[in-house]
Amino acid sequence: MDGALIMIQVLNGLQLGVLLFLLAAGLTLVFGIMDFINLAHGAFYMLGAFICATLALWLDSFLLAVLLAVPITFGIGVVVELGIARQLYQADHLEQILATFGLILIADTLVQMIWGPEGLTFALPEILNGQVRLFRDVDFPVYRILIISVGLLVALALYLVVSHTRIGMLIRAGASNRRMVEALGVDIRMLFTLVFAAGAAMAGLAGLMIAPITEASIGMGNEILIVAFVVIVIGGIGSVQGAFFGAILVGLIDTLGRSFLDDLLGLFLSHQAAETSAPAISAMLIYILMAVILTFRPKGLFGPRTS
Amino acid sequence: MTKRGWWFAGVMVLGALLLPFWAEYAREPFVLDVIIRLMILAIAASSLNLILGYSGMVSLGHAVFIGIGAYAVGIPAYYDLNNGWLQLAVALGVSGLFGLLTGLICLRTRGAYFIMITLAFAQMMYFIFVSIEEYGGDDGLVIYARSEMGLGVDLNDNNQLYFLVLICLLAVMILVHRLTRSDFGQVIKSIKINEVRMQALGYSTFRYRLVCYVISAMICGLAGWLLGNFTGFISPEMMDWTRSGELIAMVLLGGAATVVGPLLGASIFIGVETLLPEVTLYWHLYLGILLIIVAKFGRGGLLGWWTQWLRGTRS
Amino acid sequence: MIKNLICGAFALLVCALPGTSLAESVKIGFVTTLTTGAAVIGNDMRDAVNLAVENLNGKMGDLDIEVIFADDGFKPETGKQVTDKLVKSDDVDFVAGYIWSHVLLASQKSVLNADKFLVSANAGPSQLAGKLCHRDFFSTSWQNDQTPMAMGAVLSQRGVSKLYVMAPNYAAGKNMVAGVERTFEGEIVGKDLTKWGKDAQLDFSAELAKAKASGAEALFVFYPGKAGGAFMKQYEQAGLADKLPLYTVFTVDAISLPKLQQANMKAVLGSLTTGFWGPGLKTPQNARFVEGFLNKYGRYPSFYAAQSYDSIFLINSAVEAVGGDLQDRDGMRAAMEKADFPSVRGSFSYGANHFPIQNFYLLEVVADRDGNWTTEIRSTVFENHQDTYVADCRL
Repeated sequence: MDGALIMIQVLNGLQLGVLLFLLAAGLTLVFGIMDFINLAHGAFYMLGAFICATLALWLDSFLLAVLLAVPITFGIGVVVELGIARQLYQADHLEQILATFGLILIADTLVQMIWGPEGLTFALPEILNGQVRLFRDVDFPVYRILIISVGLLVALALYLVVSHTRIGMLIRAGASNRRMVEALGVDIRMLFTLVFAAGAAMAGLAGLMIAPITEASIGMGNEILIVAFVVIVIGGIGSVQGAFFGAILVGLIDTLGRSFLDDLLGLFLSHQAAETSAPAISAMLIYILMAVILTFRPKGLFGPRTS
Repeated sequence: MTKRGWWFAGVMVLGALLLPFWAEYAREPFVLDVIIRLMILAIAASSLNLILGYSGMVSLGHAVFIGIGAYAVGIPAYYDLNNGWLQLAVALGVSGLFGLLTGLICLRTRGAYFIMITLAFAQMMYFIFVSIEEYGGDDGLVIYARSEMGLGVDLNDNNQLYFLVLICLLAVMILVHRLTRSDFGQVIKSIKINEVRMQALGYSTFRYRLVCYVISAMICGLAGWLLGNFTGFISPEMMDWTRSGELIAMVLLGGAATVVGPLLGASIFIGVETLLPEVTLYWHLYLGILLIIVAKFGRGGLLGWWTQWLRGTRS
Repeated sequence: MIKNLICGAFALLVCALPGTSLAESVKIGFVTTLTTGAAVIGNDMRDAVNLAVENLNGKMGDLDIEVIFADDGFKPETGKQVTDKLVKSDDVDFVAGYIWSHVLLASQKSVLNADKFLVSANAGPSQLAGKLCHRDFFSTSWQNDQTPMAMGAVLSQRGVSKLYVMAPNYAAGKNMVAGVERTFEGEIVGKDLTKWGKDAQLDFSAELAKAKASGAEALFVFYPGKAGGAFMKQYEQAGLADKLPLYTVFTVDAISLPKLQQANMKAVLGSLTTGFWGPGLKTPQNARFVEGFLNKYGRYPSFYAAQSYDSIFLINSAVEAVGGDLQDRDGMRAAMEKADFPSVRGSFSYGANHFPIQNFYLLEVVADRDGNWTTEIRSTVFENHQDTYVADCRL
C-alpha cells in the first residue's frame, strides 16, 4: 500500500462517485418533487450509452455523438414523462414500483430487439486514450480525468441552477411543498416535465461516458440503479447536495474497499480467510453503510430532520 | 365471503384435489410441476401481502426469506440431515429471527426508506451466500434429497409433494383470513390508515408492525422450504431484488389486501411466464406492458376489477 | 356448468403444451442463453447447432432431426424449469447445451433421473467430472481447470516468476485461478476476485492500478462474455500493454474480438491464450465447420460454437450406431463413449467421467489475411490431457 496507489484509487473512487451522482441527481429530484419512485431511471443510462455508441460509429466522432446523444435522451425523457410517468405521480409508491418495473422489462427488451443482445462498443479519440502523469509516479488515464471533470462541472451547474435561479427556486419549493407552488399559479406540469427530462439527460450522460470504458450493454442501467438508490437514501431523498455527498462517499468506499480490504483484513485474519471474505464484504460495504446511516438517521444525511 | 364465493372456493379446491389424477391420466406431468410452483409462489406472495397489502409496508427484499427457507433444506441436506421437520423448524426459526432482527432496524423507517433498507438487507444476504464457497457460492447448491417427513409420506413422489404444497397454501390462506379479521388484524389495518391516531390510542404500533413483519417472514420461509424441496436446487439468485419485485407484481396483479389476490396474481404471473415464451422470445415486453396497465388502471388488481364489475352489473 | 368450465380449463392446458411425438424423429432439447447480454454466446451456439443440422441434411440415420431451443435467461432456476419442460412435456431424447456451470448443475438431475442423455456443450464444473459423474452425461468441451492449467504451464515455460491474477468471484472463476496455481511455478504476487453475477463489476480500474503497482511480470485473467471486452479496453487505457503482458483464458474469443477490433483496441493483438481449439486448427471437420460458419453467418465461430457443433455430431454418432433405435440406450451410450465421430478438434477419447482427453494449445491473437482479428495456434502445450477430478468418479 503506497501513496501513489492510494492516490490512484481515490481518483478511481471519485470517478465512480461522479457517475453515481449524475444518475442519482435526477432520481432524487424526481423522487423529492414528484414523489415518484422511478425504478426505470437506469433505462436512460442504458439508452444514453446505446445512442451515443451508435452515433459514434456512424459519425466517426465521439464529440459529435455526445453532443447529439444528450439532447436525444432529454427528448426521450420528455416523451416518457408525458406518456407514462405523469399519470403515475398521484399513484402510491407500490403502483409506481410495479409500473416502472414493467418499464425496465420493456426498455431492456426493446434494446435487445433494436441493437441485438451483444452490446455496442466504440473507440475513444486517440487524444483521450492515453495516460497523463499527475505526479512523479502517478499515471492516470486521460479519459477518466475527463469524466471526473465533466461530472464535477455538471454538479456545479446543477447547484447554481437550483440555488440561484427562478427555476431552481421553484424546484426547491416544489420539493418542500408541492401544493403551495401550484397554488401560486406556477405551471407545475411544465416544471415536472423539465425536471424529469433533465434527470434523464444526466443519466444518459453518465451512461455514455462509461460506455467507452465498459460498453453499452442490456441491463447496464439496472445494475447501477440500485447503487444510485442507495446513494439518494444515504444522502436524503430530494436533496441534490445529499446526492452529491452520498455519491462521492459510496464511490470512494466501494473502490477503496475493493482495493484495500483484503490487505486490511489480512492484519487480523489469516491470509486465506482474508482472501475469501474480502470480496464478499467489499460488495456488501455500501449496504452496510446505508443500514448504519438509516439506523441513526432514518431520513438520510441531508434529509429533512424527523419532526 | 358470499355464498357464491364459498361455492367457487369449494370447486377450486375440488379441482386442485383431482388435478394429479388427471395429470397422470393425460400423461402431462409437467402441468403438475407448473401448478406446484404456482402454489409455492402464491404462499410467498400471500406472506408479502400481509405486510404490503394489509399493513402498508412495501418491502423490496422479501425474496430473502424464500432464500433462507430454501437454504434451510439445502444446507442440512448437504450434511445428510434430511429430517424434514428439523429443516422446517430451521426454515421457520431462521427466517423469523432474521425478520425480527432486521425488522427492529427497518421498521424505524417509513415509505421509500423502508423500501430501500429492506432491499439493503436482502442484498447483504445475497452477497453472504455468494461468498460461502462451501455451499456453492454463486453457483448454488444442488439438493439431492427431498425432506424426509416420516409418517409414510414420501416427498420424492411429486403427487405427495403436490398435496403437501396444497395443504400449506390452504393453511396459509386460512391463516391470513383469520388473522386479518382478528383484533390484531384490525389494529394492523388501522395503523396503515393512521398510525399517529393508533399511537394516541395507546397502541405500541411498532410492536404490532414488528409482529406482523415476523409472521410474514416465517410464512415466506415456509414457501422457501417448499421451493427448495421442489426445485432441488438453491442459489443466491433466488434472493435477488428482481425476485422481490416479482412478488410485489404478483400481489398487485391479483389484488392487494385480499386473501385470494396473491393466488390469483401468482396464477397470472406463472401463466405468462410459462406460455408467452412459447410464442415469442421477447415475452418480457408483454409482461412489462401488462404490469404498466395494471399499475395505471388496475386499482385493486384483477380482484378489484372483478368486484367493481360485479357492483356495476348489480346497480 | 362448473364441470364444463374445469374441463375447458384442462383442455386449454393440454392445447397450450405440445403433445407427445412419434419416434420418426430424434428430438434434441438445446438449453442456452437467448435473452440478456449473454445471449450473444447463446446465439453463437444456436447458429452452430443449426449449421450442424444443415450439414447432416436434417437427418440422423433415417430420423429427422428436431431441435427445440430453450432459453435459460442466465438463471439456474429458469434453466431447470425449461429443462423440466423439455424432459417431461416435449419428451426429448437428448438434452444438450448449457453455457453456465450453475445452470447445468441445477438442471442435470432433471435430465439424468428421467433416463435421458445429457451433453454439455460448454459448462464443465468439477462436480460433474468427479463425484457427480454419470453414465449418461457427456461433455464436448473441457473440465474448467484444464485450460488455465495449460496457461500456468506456458507461463512457467516462459520464465515468468511473478504473476498477478484476476477473475470473477464465482465457481468457474475460482476453478480458473486454482487451475493456473496448480501448474504455475513462480510466485503469485496479487490476486483479485471481482464481483460477478447480474450486477457484475465491469470497471477494473482499482484492480489494474494494484496490478501495475505489484511488480508482477505478467497478468493472468479470466473474464468471459461482455466482461472480457470491457477488461481489454481498460487494460489498454491503463497503459499496461507494454508493461504487463497479458495471458488470458476464455476472455479473448471470436465473440469479443470483432468488438475489440471495431474499437481499435490494438493492445489485444499479440496477447496469448490457451484452449483446446482454434479456428485455424487443421482437421477436416474443422475446415468444414469454420468455412461453413463464415459463409453462412459472415463471422468466425467461437469455441462455444465449436463445442455445440460437436455436440450434434456426437449425438449423430450415437443415433447412427443403433440404426435409429432410440430405445437402445446401452448401444447409444457405448457409441458415444468411443467418441467415434468427426470432431472439430480431431480425434480424441473420453475419460471414465465422459470428459474429453484432448490436446491444449497456445494461441496468439493476430489479424488474418483479410485483416480480421482472430486467434492462431502457436504450439501444443498439453497432449492428451485429462482432468484431475476423474479420480473421484466412480463409473
